[in-house]
Amino acid sequence: MMQTLAHLGGLFATLSLLAFGGGSGVLPAMQVAAVDQYHWLSARDFLQLFAISRAAPGPGSLIVMLIGQRAAGLAGAFVALVAMFAPSSLLVYGLARIWQRARSAVWRQRAEQVLAPLGIGLTFAGAIALLRGTEHDLLAYAITAVSALLMGGTRTHPLVVLAGGAVAMLVLGGR
Amino acid sequence: MGSQTDRPAPPPALGAVFLCFAAIGAQSFGGGLSAWIRREVVVKRRWIEDGAFLSGLALSQIAPGANAVNQAVFIGTALRGVAGALAALGGLMAVPVLAVLAAGTLYLRVVETGPPALAAQVAAALTGMGAAAIGLTLANGWRLSRGRVGLARPGPLLVAVATALLIGYWRLKLLAMLPLLAAASYLATRKRPR
Repeated sequence: MMQTLAHLGGLFATLSLLAFGGGSGVLPAMQVAAVDQYHWLSARDFLQLFAISRAAPGPGSLIVMLIGQRAAGLAGAFVALVAMFAPSSLLVYGLARIWQRARSAVWRQRAEQVLAPLGIGLTFAGAIALLRGTEHDLLAYAITAVSALLMGGTRTHPLVVLAGGAVAMLVLGGR
Repeated sequence: MGSQTDRPAPPPALGAVFLCFAAIGAQSFGGGLSAWIRREVVVKRRWIEDGAFLSGLALSQIAPGANAVNQAVFIGTALRGVAGALAALGGLMAVPVLAVLAAGTLYLRVVETGPPALAAQVAAALTGMGAAAIGLTLANGWRLSRGRVGLARPGPLLVAVATALLIGYWRLKLLAMLPLLAAASYLATRKRPR
């Protein structure tokens, strides 16, 4: 048990600092370690847990809690949670402090100008990666397009848009 | 001192920061958290401005870790230092942590012992919600683009499009592309002599 917790902590603390560009980048490494190396769960289980973590509120990397829960119960879930989020959060805290101290520095204003197109590009990159990563049929593309138009052009509440997507797929998605 | 932009408001109370991010965490079904964060923190509460939001967004994506979590830490730090970071992080994670554990248990019960028709319906609903969530992200990108990139500013637009394609479509490593993209953005956002 303690050994499993140590493995969970070691694995996810390492992945935490390697997860450049968001948690999805380390998913393949996570799967190899959890399925093939430690045999905590099967590849099919891993895929199901991934779907759940994506559908539930919060960041998708909360999948680590479900893996930890499979491996070592509730203690495993919380060890995995802390290991996955504490190291990267400390790093970002350090970055944010540097940013704050430079509040009126010329270099920070210049850096914000430089970072703006990257932030915008990365926002679209996230959407594109999701479109490519999941099996998107014509109906799913239509839901995505309508949702984007509703959010961009009207004051519809996001939860209404999400619920609409779920209903549309349920009603129209019968093969 | 010496900055001509007056600060929008006094820093919010820690409880308000926690509750704000708890609401974001609780509502953020289907990913696309940064769209929610911008809506609550920039649009509704005006705690920070779009410029600071975007730099936090870019830094959060460049640093390792989940983007939304990093953004919560970044914004919390900007608002109230280390206590603000902890309040934002704790708030953001409170509901999702419980929900993920509950959903995982429930889902497995439906899949393993529930009727197959119900399992298929749950899967369809989750797929539809995911597709709509991608639409939210697209709309958020569109809104952020206004006034920053566009046909009137082709340089930054080119950088944004290149970033979206290189990282999103061709899936090149952000860390490897970053020096190139940052250099291109540096050149593209330079003030031109008039």
